[in-house]
Amino acid sequence: MMNSNVVNDFVVKFANTNGTGSASANNMFAKAIMRMGIPVSAKNIFPSNIQGAPTWYEVRINENNFLGRRGGKTEIVVAMNAQSFVADLEDVKDGGYLLYDSSKKLPEHLIHSNINYLGIPISAICLKEYKNPRQRQLFKNVIYVGALAALLEIEFDVLKTLVGDQFKGKEKLITPNIYALELGYQYATNHFSCPLRYKVERRDLIDNRIMVDGNTGCGLGAVYGGATVVGWYPITPSTSVIEKFASYCERLRIDPATGKKNFAIVQAEDELAAIGMAIGGGWNGARAFTATSGPGVSLMQEFLGLAYFAEIPVVLVNVQRAGPSTGMPTRTQQSDILSCAYASHGDTKHILLFPQSPAECFDMTAQAFDLSDRLQTPVIIMTDLDLGMNDHLSPPFLWNDKQKYDLGKVLSIRELDEAQNFGRYTDVDGDGICYRTLAGTHPSKGAFFTRGTSRNTKAVYSEKSEDYVENMQRLEKKYRTAATLMPKAEMSSGLSNAQIGLVYYGSSGQAINETKHLLQEKGFPVDLMRIKAFPFGNEIKPFIESHDMVFVIEQNRDGQMRMLLTNELEIDPAKLNPVLCYDGLSISAQEISDIVCTTMAKKQPKQEVV
Amino acid sequence: MSFAKSKFQHKKLPVNDLGLTYRDYEGALSTLCAGCGHDSISSAIVHACAELSIEPHKIAKMSGIGCSSKAPNYFLNNAHGFNSVHGRMPSVTTGANLANDDLTYIAMSGDGDSASIGLGQFAHVVRRQLNMVYIVANNGVYGLTKGQLAATADKGVKNKGGDLSLFTDIDLCTTALQMGASFVARCFSGDKAQLVPILKAAISHQGFAFIDIISPCVTFNNHPGSTRSYDYVQEHVATGAVTDFVPVKEEITTKIPAGQFEDICLHDGSVLRLHKVKNDYDTSNRYKAMNDIEEHKQKGEILTGLLYIDPTASTFHELNNTTDTPLNKIKQDLLCPGERVLGTINDSFR
Ligand SMILES: Cc1ncc(C[n+]2csc(CCOP(=O)(O)OP(=O)(O)O)c2C)c(N)n1
Ligand code: SF4
Repeated sequence: MMNSNVVNDFVVKFANTNGTGSASANNMFAKAIMRMGIPVSAKNIFPSNIQGAPTWYEVRINENNFLGRRGGKTEIVVAMNAQSFVADLEDVKDGGYLLYDSSKKLPEHLIHSNINYLGIPISAICLKEYKNPRQRQLFKNVIYVGALAALLEIEFDVLKTLVGDQFKGKEKLITPNIYALELGYQYATNHFSCPLRYKVERRDLIDNRIMVDGNTGCGLGAVYGGATVVGWYPITPSTSVIEKFASYCERLRIDPATGKKNFAIVQAEDELAAIGMAIGGGWNGARAFTATSGPGVSLMQEFLGLAYFAEIPVVLVNVQRAGPSTGMPTRTQQSDILSCAYASHGDTKHILLFPQSPAECFDMTAQAFDLSDRLQTPVIIMTDLDLGMNDHLSPPFLWNDKQKYDLGKVLSIRELDEAQNFGRYTDVDGDGICYRTLAGTHPSKGAFFTRGTSRNTKAVYSEKSEDYVENMQRLEKKYRTAATLMPKAEMSSGLSNAQIGLVYYGSSGQAINETKHLLQEKGFPVDLMRIKAFPFGNEIKPFIESHDMVFVIEQNRDGQMRMLLTNELEIDPAKLNPVLCYDGLSISAQEISDIVCTTMAKKQPKQEVV
Repeated sequence: MSFAKSKFQHKKLPVNDLGLTYRDYEGALSTLCAGCGHDSISSAIVHACAELSIEPHKIAKMSGIGCSSKAPNYFLNNAHGFNSVHGRMPSVTTGANLANDDLTYIAMSGDGDSASIGLGQFAHVVRRQLNMVYIVANNGVYGLTKGQLAATADKGVKNKGGDLSLFTDIDLCTTALQMGASFVARCFSGDKAQLVPILKAAISHQGFAFIDIISPCVTFNNHPGSTRSYDYVQEHVATGAVTDFVPVKEEITTKIPAGQFEDICLHDGSVLRLHKVKNDYDTSNRYKAMNDIEEHKQKGEILTGLLYIDPTASTFHELNNTTDTPLNKIKQDLLCPGERVLGTINDSFR
């Protein structure tokens, strides 16, 4: 068993020190696997310190497209960080490999008989080859990638092309990088018997997929969705949403005739101001958004309530991280479900979208602007650190040029001229959505006062109970209209006869195919339902009702989606079994299937003892 | 609450270049306390906008929360208004302005709104040089929540309930000067002769214009011991520069000759004496302005007038190099890079 070859199904973990330039080399490794047509996923596990602390990069290679975090021990560990060396050594699977820098001899107590050591004197090689200390540091990373190419049979030409692509425009860097790859490759070929029993083999399983992170998807989605006004405040893991938006705008949104910008981005003084700016922009008819994470969401609550009550379109990208409070800033979670669904005091309800892949981050962000304009209310995109900051194999970003922005019910000067009786909060169409006007449109018609205080249908301040109740009921009606416009939940096998139904949302979906497979192997066929949005559509309750056992999979301690389901759909909580993982690492299929199996075992009728 | 006003207009009311009378610039009937300084500010805004012949619907009235922030209800009925949340008007105005810089932004806030909960946003909107008029109706107290001391209350004063202000006051003009405002003035709400021209100049100024308007709260801060009461302000106002706004079209000269004083009748019938008209006040020196404010404060006086102006300052849009078309009017074809471009972007991730 031990010696049989394993092709295209293993994990390689790189242990590095933050700030040593390992990210691009590690990424090159993952991309090379993708370019060989083999499904691959990559996860950064990094501390919230900036420099010097340990970071890991976990690459899962799996030709069945099981690309969630696998968990368990690792087949190949590249241990480049002295600080975490002992722990990294412990992480190697029995019979697995440890690639390390053998410039200094390993002490006896670190030699374990159950693992294979691949010592490469990387520092010594670099010392000999490079004079510049920064180069010595950087090329270390490229050298171990070169060695892995030999050890795992990664096609060297693929790596060479990658280097070319990576340094397009900086051609001077191409030759030295390829040389460094060759140094590693040669050393491995000369000193080890290559390939190892874990290796890759070319396949054709990528189709047209791309490898990209979710924050790029959101940033680009905002460009395509027509966002022009952005207020934001830096916070991990949402910062790169805005950075990507800004860099694509710099490329694609400069007026060629004047050199002027068709967008405005303000780095605000805090999140209160960031969402305030977005709301001001939305009020004035621009597509406006902001991006943040947990602590920022807390600060934005009062303003979200204003936008809900005053009915102002605004888009918020919430890249969730582990809370509460500062929590674990660089670890993932899905724990802002309730604080976003009901953000702010009073009776508020917000629209949430749950993307699962970078492509959906793109789609849902672009779509959020239409929804928010149409419904005149905040729309929150609920992504998370794992989806947002890690590279995923994703369907490509898609846009159809026939798609036209839906700006919702905004009255033009002509329509105002014709309007008999404009009332900003009058429900003309019976769908709860009223007509709005923008400042500056008409000299004498359509002006009104926007405020967070109660008013009548003509937007005139009113504390009359009837006016208040009418307004709140209309908002509730608008909410029911919203439910019909949301993306529908996705059911994997319809309502089959499986006894078990798994309910999941957002980035947990990465683990779901594998979960289904594991449970199937254990004799538990399952049906799947993926929730894509809140408010919930009509399809959700019947799925739950038609399964004997329903599990709600989520990455938080309290089962927040489960609470939302029981609260909003009046489902008996006993019907929904929580499957929770909240350690800050993304949920794995193994964890889910273990919990499901344990729960099912408890439910099985006890065998009679005779 | 706002009440409808009578639509009656006297036939002989003067009309401006647009053929509108000042009544076309009015708002709803005020529900503030009779005699509240904020109403005088509203009325001055009505006159300033009418005299400048701005189309009322091309103005956006922005505010936070407080009695002062309610005031925009009481002027410019044909303009859109926005009562945002307490202290956060600056960010909302920033977003609105980014979306459409074709409008004139007249923002109204209180000293509680701007100097306490909103001090951060106030400081930042100043330094971003947003093209807007930012008015603080400064009464030294929280009016709407019934008389608590504001951060602008002078050290040593008492509020109506007898609480003593123990701490250094925040001078919003000094703060605005420090943060880089290109127009800073201080006025007294009852002094329309000074206020209207300053408002006109502020509205015409391209850049951030700040006006701190001492606006007595008749209900909570018009008692002995207050330094914002009518009586106190009447006795302690010193005018730096009585400025008249000179529009491009016609020249207006100041009516108060240098070295003289004038008694001005306030809306509540009291008389305000403006002291020491300094025609030669240097409005181009930011540091001197801060110094003058402080010097007068040491004497127990409030320096009023246009304190500083930099007519050449750039606005946020200029600094940011934003397109001339308002962002809310740009069409999809210029905003959306389209299918083909997305194809090449996808390729960069393979
Ligand atoms: C977040 C928040 N905190 C507190 C309040 C209560 N509040 C309303 S107005 C106000 C003070 C207003 O004072 P100021 O800005 O000086 O205006 P004035 O009423 O004196 O004109 C306060 C504290 C609020 N509306 N929102
Ligand atoms: S309480 Fe004071 S500030 Fe408020 S309306 Fe009355 S007088 Fe004006």
